[in-house]
Amino acid sequence: MVNQEENMGDKADVWQGTLAIMVLKTLETMGPQHGYGIARRIEQISGNLLSLNYGTLYPALLKLEQEGAIASEWGTSDNNRKAKFYRLTRVGRRQLEREARSWEEATAIVARFLSPAKEG
Amino acid sequence: MRSLRALWIRFRGLFATSRATSEISAELESHLQMHIDDNLRSGMQAEEARRQALIQLGGLEQTRQTVRERSTLPWFEYLVQDLRFAVRQLRKTPAFTAVVIATLALGIGVNTALFSIVNTVLLHPIALPHPGELVSVDASKPNFEHGSISYPNFRDWQQQNHSFSGLAVYRHIGFVMTGRGESQRVRGNYVSSSFLPLLGVKPVLGRLFAPDEDEIGRAPIVMLGAGFWARKFGSDPGILGHSITLDGSDYTVIGIIPASFDLAFGDFLAEDVYLPIGQWPTQALKLRGAGLGIHGVARLKPGVTLAQARADMNAVSAHLAATYPADDHDLRANIMPLRDMVVGDLQSVLFVLLAAVAFVLLIACANVANLLLARSTVRAQEFGVRLALGASRHRIVRQVLTESTLLALAGGTLGLGLAAWGTRAAVSLAPGALPRAAQIHLSPVVLGLTFLISFAVGILFGLFPALAITLRAPQNTLREGGRTVHGSRHRTQDSLVVFEVAAAVVLLAGAGLMIRSLAGLSHTDPGFEPKGVLWFSVATPNSPAIDNPVGARAYLRQVDQQIRTVPGVSAVSQIGGGIPLTGDDDEELFWLQNEPKPAAENDMHWALLYLVEPDYMKVMHISLVRGRFFTDSDREDAPHVVVIDEDLAHQFFGNANPIGQVVNLTNPDDTQATVVGVVHHVLHWGLDNEAGSPLHAQIYLPIGQLNGWQLVSTTGIFSDILVRSDRPATIFPDIQRALRRMNGTQVAWRPKTMDQVIADTLAARRFSVMLLAAFAALALLLASVGLYGVISYLVGQRTREMAIRMALGANRGNVLLWVLKRGVALAGIGIVAGSLAALLVTRLMASVSLEKSSIIYGVPPWDPLTMATVIVVLMGVALLACYVPARRAASVDPMRALRAE
Repeated sequence: MVNQEENMGDKADVWQGTLAIMVLKTLETMGPQHGYGIARRIEQISGNLLSLNYGTLYPALLKLEQEGAIASEWGTSDNNRKAKFYRLTRVGRRQLEREARSWEEATAIVARFLSPAKEG
Repeated sequence: MRSLRALWIRFRGLFATSRATSEISAELESHLQMHIDDNLRSGMQAEEARRQALIQLGGLEQTRQTVRERSTLPWFEYLVQDLRFAVRQLRKTPAFTAVVIATLALGIGVNTALFSIVNTVLLHPIALPHPGELVSVDASKPNFEHGSISYPNFRDWQQQNHSFSGLAVYRHIGFVMTGRGESQRVRGNYVSSSFLPLLGVKPVLGRLFAPDEDEIGRAPIVMLGAGFWARKFGSDPGILGHSITLDGSDYTVIGIIPASFDLAFGDFLAEDVYLPIGQWPTQALKLRGAGLGIHGVARLKPGVTLAQARADMNAVSAHLAATYPADDHDLRANIMPLRDMVVGDLQSVLFVLLAAVAFVLLIACANVANLLLARSTVRAQEFGVRLALGASRHRIVRQVLTESTLLALAGGTLGLGLAAWGTRAAVSLAPGALPRAAQIHLSPVVLGLTFLISFAVGILFGLFPALAITLRAPQNTLREGGRTVHGSRHRTQDSLVVFEVAAAVVLLAGAGLMIRSLAGLSHTDPGFEPKGVLWFSVATPNSPAIDNPVGARAYLRQVDQQIRTVPGVSAVSQIGGGIPLTGDDDEELFWLQNEPKPAAENDMHWALLYLVEPDYMKVMHISLVRGRFFTDSDREDAPHVVVIDEDLAHQFFGNANPIGQVVNLTNPDDTQATVVGVVHHVLHWGLDNEAGSPLHAQIYLPIGQLNGWQLVSTTGIFSDILVRSDRPATIFPDIQRALRRMNGTQVAWRPKTMDQVIADTLAARRFSVMLLAAFAALALLLASVGLYGVISYLVGQRTREMAIRMALGANRGNVLLWVLKRGVALAGIGIVAGSLAALLVTRLMASVSLEKSSIIYGVPPWDPLTMATVIVVLMGVALLACYVPARRAASVDPMRALRAE
């Protein structure tokens, strides 16, 4: 599920599946936020290792909205620009909890494989 | 759930695309601006800030497209595109489209209609729980396969059998209801208490008869049918516990039987009122040897087979025959599956119709296949061009599929309407000929099935040719320029047309034979003149004036006189015993003068009995062969006389003169009577099945010489009356008025002209003839359309060839002839093949019978007249179907055709 858009520099692309969890987590932490803010926040948190372009972000936002995990409405940004703000719904909060848990389990299992063997 | 929600939103998105698009644009625009703002803040030049933002964000237009696809359903949009294209394509060839859709609609419509009828009539003929366990039970006697069961025998059978979870009897009967408005004729059944529980009928109100309430001498109670309850009492529940007066006696209403109880078999018919059998006020109920028209129905215990039940009941009958040899010798139980009694001969007739309608569907499919094949050849070039221009095979196949589906859908929808109409029309053709006719409805399963079949045909013959084209190199297809015809495809089309013609021949031959049979039967002389005869019944409840022989006789004479005063009535006769062709029969048992009196009834001679008045001859126009008919002087005190028919005369007196011979009658009690006349034989059992019945000898007795007490009954007087009139269809209300003037409690009802009676005996036959004829006409139409299609196609393909021929000197006549020859050759092969098949099929049909006589009656299955007519008709239609395109071919302007190439 690696994004097919051309990479910009050496920054890693975001997997679609993990992008959803990142978006949800961002909205949980920051409260309602517009698409640009979400993108910026994700890039920041990743230590600028991730790069998000429209082609990746907006389909993902649309999908989450269609599934009911987030809701949107038009508002005004800090510097007085009209922007569409997304917020987490109850469904989205539950989805975040569930996916965070399974993500932790999955990474823990993979980590156990990769760490040096404790037996034999 | 989540993905469902998303799907719904995307589906809605299909209809709000422009708004969504502008919103996306605005959102992306604001994103871009915020990014530029940030870049500016970090110190970039305006130009550079914008450039960097755009680079990082990727293609704006691509994103817009991705989001758009995500917000709607792209495959759905492609489908809509395909559909639009298909509709455009089909509209370009309206004749092709109309013919395919109409053909499919006809095929689907008639099949669905007939299968819907079969579904109810054959598959669900009995709307009762576990209908497979139900059997009819009759007493089989030497003269009657389905004879009636006497009440004492019923009780013994009930106690001694080991096979039935329930055994019940019923007796159809009519009453006069008084005391609630104008007196009224009410129809009902005497039943044993076991009758309704055994069938699984539950009351909608009140209760059923308790097990011992059906014994002789118990309290008078009655149950009402829900229809009667609604008509007469407005469905008032307060009727429970109150009484109604039937034939002058009061019966307490204890329950209501649901309207859904619609069983009809033998002479049982769900009716207005139900009384316990023990309430029947006839002394004969207690007689073991009495034949009172009581018949039985039973439910087999779970796991008991028909054969086991028969063996069991044979043992019971044998035991009873040993115990009561005088009454029960040679008597045994006749057990039949109830389904067979309900469905009767309809099963085989419906199978014939099913086969016919399946042929129609096959022809329809062949037609559609042919048209699609022709079309795909014509479109080979179109596909070739599109492939050459880079269209994918996938896209072309999908488009052909869409077209086929569209055609099948349109045909199916139209077929649905046709089926709904056809089902109703077919049922209305046959009032009374089909059990549970009111319950017949469109079967969705059948509709789906026929629809699938036609759809499959569309796919098979639309898709495969298209596939074949896409598999070939486009340049080959293009080089042929849609002109050259593949030999194999040509042969397929030819054989399809030959098949269509052959199938049409078979159907036409079958229908022709059945039409000839029906026509022959309608012209059968029944031995009397039915035209102008009206039959009805009169009843009056008992009263002191008529409960004695003198009073009863006077009353009946007054009824005759009263009817004679009605203008238009030319002759009147009451009739007892049997009535020809109505299904009512009665028998006189007799022995000849030189014979000792036989000990048992079954050893006597039997003859159909008619109790009539002197004017009977004038009413029925039966011709007198010898001697005289009755006169008014043949009264109770005069010497007893009888009139016999030719059959009886021949059977018992051979060539001797029967006039003056003496016979011993058992009814009235052991009377000696002299034969005074011989009349022509009258068909009694039906126009077509006289030969199928054992009893043909007929004997007439004058009502005037009956023992007067025989006319009197505790329930009043009931009489059937036959009237000759010049206006039999309209005279009844006048007769009713005249009779009511004479006596207010008297009821006259059920008027029926003898023409109608005869029409009813042919109802099932007429039903199957009309359907078969309709199917055959359809087959003919479809086959001619098929032939027309193939010849037109041929002409279209060969225009160039013919233009060259004409340019080289062939005249128009030659071209016309050449095209016609091809058509006639195809039709000819079809006709020969069809005729051979028809010989086999009609022989099969001849073995199918309806009410004991073959559905092909009075004509041989290879009737040359029918076959010749069929062949001439088909050849004529084939010529016509070929002539139109042949004319077109001959009128081609050679120069224009060649220039167009």
